[in-house]
Amino acid sequence: MMSNDSTDAGTDAAAASDCAQTLRELDVFLDGELPAEQYESIRHHLDGCMDCLGAFDFHAELKVVVAQKCTNDEMPSDLLSKIEMCFGTDFDGDGRIG
Amino acid sequence: MADQATFAAEAMQYAPQLYSGALRMTRNRADAEDLVQETYLKGYRSYHSFTEGTNLRAWLFRIMTNTFINSYRAKQRRPDETELGDFEDLYLYKNLGTLQDAAVGRSAEESLMELLPDDEVKQALEDLPDNFRLPVILADLEGFSYKEIAEMLDIPIGTVMSRLHRGRKAMQKALHEFALARGLVAAQENG
Repeated sequence: MMSNDSTDAGTDAAAASDCAQTLRELDVFLDGELPAEQYESIRHHLDGCMDCLGAFDFHAELKVVVAQKCTNDEMPSDLLSKIEMCFGTDFDGDGRIG
Repeated sequence: MADQATFAAEAMQYAPQLYSGALRMTRNRADAEDLVQETYLKGYRSYHSFTEGTNLRAWLFRIMTNTFINSYRAKQRRPDETELGDFEDLYLYKNLGTLQDAAVGRSAEESLMELLPDDEVKQALEDLPDNFRLPVILADLEGFSYKEIAEMLDIPIGTVMSRLHRGRKAMQKALHEFALARGLVAAQENG
């Protein structure tokens, strides 16, 4: 059973197909790329389906964790000055500034 | 037309983001430093072609991505296009589910934050083949839109979406394998 609040078999089948449809849109939804109308219909489904909500929450949070853990590198302290030193000079040796 | 004299003041603020992106692309510090430096020099040189008021961060990432594809990737002698195996959807979610249930009173984010060490998350990303890694870097680390990524990589939006989907799944599989190797999660007992 995919949906917590459905009671009869017909509703279950409809709910399961809603769940499958909802999970197919997971990436696009979390990427904020879903058109407003579809976005609302997913939100509506998530309001009533703890199973799908759990999956969406997990992936939303995984996205945050991946972004944080993959962008926390310390930049070498002299990199900025090395770059800025080149500006305004003929750094490529072609006889022109820049 | 943007004034070259203002380039440093406008553009240098993005250096830490570019450096992290460069590290995930090149997978080593020396190449990442060179890539960021080259990106800034190219940016400085062609700043006159930048339209003021448009997204400078996207413009710099586009330069960096192109530079990586055209020189560093060739240098690293990696195949251009690699296929990934297909994995089950919701792979990590299904396999870490029980662990999350056990983490009563904590949000999934807190437990994932602790469960997944920085090095393993970086490794899982860096192990992806280029054609999957670049879209994931640009979307999940840098937050660019499908359209921006499609333009940067010169591929259709549908291709961006499918590579993101499959790249993320492969990352999740790798993260799960790391967790298994550390004995953090038990191998699944009959589903």
